[in-house]
Amino acid sequence: MALFSSLSDRLNHIFSKLTKHGKLTELEIKGAMREVRIALLEADVNIFVAKKFIADVSEKAVGQEILKSLNPAQQVIKIVNEELIALMGSTNAKLEIADKPPTVIMMCGLQGAGKTTLCGKLAMLLKKQGKKPLLVAGDIYRPAAINQLQVVGGKAGVPVFEKGTQNPVKTAKQAIEQARSMGNDVVIIDTAGRLHIDETLMQELENIKNEVHPNEILLTVDSMTGQDAVNVAETFNKRLDVTGVILTKLDGDTRGGACLSIKAVTGKPIKFIGVGEKLTDLEPFYPDRMASRILGMGDVLSLIEKAQEAVTEEQAKKLEKKLREASFTLEDYLMQFESLKKMGGIASVMGMMPGMSKLKIKESDFDEEKIERIKAIILSMTMKEREKPEIINSSRKRRIALGSGTNVQEVNQLLKQFEQTKLMMKQFKNGKRLPFMR
Amino acid sequence: MGFFGKIIGALKKTKDNISGKLSALFAKGLGDDFYDELEEILISADISVITAEEIVDQIRAEAKKEKLKDKEYVIDLLKDVIEDTLSQAEVPEIEYPAVIMLVGVNGVGKTTTIGKLANYFVKEKKSVTLAAADTFRAAAADQLTVWAERAKVRIVKHEEGSDPSAVVYDAISSAKAKKTDVVIVDTAGRLHVKANLMEELKKMDRVVERDYPEAHFYKFLVLDATTGQNALSQAKLFDEAVDLDGIVLTKLDGTAKGGFVVSLCGELQIPVVFVGTGEKLDDLQLFDAEEFTEGII
Repeated sequence: MALFSSLSDRLNHIFSKLTKHGKLTELEIKGAMREVRIALLEADVNIFVAKKFIADVSEKAVGQEILKSLNPAQQVIKIVNEELIALMGSTNAKLEIADKPPTVIMMCGLQGAGKTTLCGKLAMLLKKQGKKPLLVAGDIYRPAAINQLQVVGGKAGVPVFEKGTQNPVKTAKQAIEQARSMGNDVVIIDTAGRLHIDETLMQELENIKNEVHPNEILLTVDSMTGQDAVNVAETFNKRLDVTGVILTKLDGDTRGGACLSIKAVTGKPIKFIGVGEKLTDLEPFYPDRMASRILGMGDVLSLIEKAQEAVTEEQAKKLEKKLREASFTLEDYLMQFESLKKMGGIASVMGMMPGMSKLKIKESDFDEEKIERIKAIILSMTMKEREKPEIINSSRKRRIALGSGTNVQEVNQLLKQFEQTKLMMKQFKNGKRLPFMR
Repeated sequence: MGFFGKIIGALKKTKDNISGKLSALFAKGLGDDFYDELEEILISADISVITAEEIVDQIRAEAKKEKLKDKEYVIDLLKDVIEDTLSQAEVPEIEYPAVIMLVGVNGVGKTTTIGKLANYFVKEKKSVTLAAADTFRAAAADQLTVWAERAKVRIVKHEEGSDPSAVVYDAISSAKAKKTDVVIVDTAGRLHVKANLMEELKKMDRVVERDYPEAHFYKFLVLDATTGQNALSQAKLFDEAVDLDGIVLTKLDGTAKGGFVVSLCGELQIPVVFVGTGEKLDDLQLFDAEEFTEGII
């Protein structure tokens, strides 16, 4: 939750004095955008891309009406989020297929971006779609790169065409001839990793391109790349006019801001993301998930939407009445946990509730396993005990602990926690509704 | 080309760029704009936002105190601050017999670095054994074998998919028997967030500690200069797992400057030991804080 709530926390802090709804003013936006800027930079979005993005978004945000269902901080996040999604948009995960086979796909990128592994993943994907891919070993420089592609091809059950350290331009051409005669309808050319400033090797890529006219030229980029992503992407795109981008190693904890930088300088679609070392670990790219990741938070708005779905209008009204009358019982507490669980985890939801993060709810208080124990404890109570927890004396506690497979200490803890929650709930009493109870 | 020449050459490409920017900035005087842009310059070298802010605040305070208006002086000040941060952690002196284990995420250049390291020690007149303990990535051992041949050193390897700790054990036994000065262990690239893979690494760590206690054991994290802020997360988690002794910064021959090492040296007190500047055998140099700083500013 640390990463997840950092931006919303900071924004909430900025807006803490601002309680009334209305229009977003220039001053408010300016303050908020400083925080958004830091979030983007910490996520490795290129500084000039971040600056431009913020200028554009600020312009759009000033004067916008704050939605009734959101607080100003959430409103700003909503705008930023939407703009990020729009910028990274076009969910074009389809590969261009040639009218006349074979379809030629050429990979390119820096050293260590993950091209060879990706070749195997793409071959696997295409094979599943009923295609007959042929892999081509075009990396003649790195020791054992050809062996690596052969092993990867073997695992994917796809043939590998190699001509040792022969000029890769020639190898690519021969591979396509072979594909035609052997009935392979897709040719995937692996190329050596190279620096974008290596003139000789960049020329080699241009030569391959001119020789085989690929339908797809896919730039492979490590999602952990920093500020330099703009230089790399811009140069590769300028030299080769790439058709798409694949981001790799997104199974790590990188925020992946390079994605935004690449999109901003090339305008080319991000077609796939690599999410693991297995050959099946290739997924389509979803701009909304990426936006949340870059901002370092879960998808705020969809969580709020989920919350609206999970709690029915009737339940909400009933609960609200109870809150107002301060007759919130352990039975209601149990129901709350269940509806929160429907929304996919307590911690994530709690963090998104306005004001909640300020109440210092620790993630450890709300881990899923613990919730199961809490449920067991409440379910081991009689109805009367759930309505009136104050009657629970030490012998009742022992019985409840025994019945729920916990211990007295845990029962005590729950009762204390319940009292705190009740207290917290009171803060929402004065006409204010919990955000998910609308 | 000497080592200084190489680093300067590698970093020069972006250097002019920054000096130019700074000159343009000075023309505008030392106002808030100046410091904001100074911060941006640092951030665009992948120095973290927090570190960049700290550095700029320090410079701003100093410049105000000294009533500085001289451009050269402010630049020197900036260099001093960065260089001091980079020199905070002490570079370990390699003592023999030594075991050096390289760890890192996928694709940072561990295997290539090992080839170059082997060559480095051969030039120092030391005998070297390589342990091909990356048994996961396809053909990783083949790749290391090519490097072993190039550097003319011995290599111990097992089948693909075998237990990497067993490779380490065999390499150590062989090194003891042959009295080799240095064992260099290649490990599979692993993302620092994968608990099971980090456990595997700890196991290899324990094998060396337990079976070769007389050796001096160094664990170096290989970081790709192209990486951004995630490098800090990598360093933290690898350090937690195996207690790092140093960093090897690779791919400095590109346009990325690897500024994250400034935050890294400052926060985690892990020194940068070597830098990689290419794919040839001798494209590996000892890190020099002054030269590196020259390259950034």
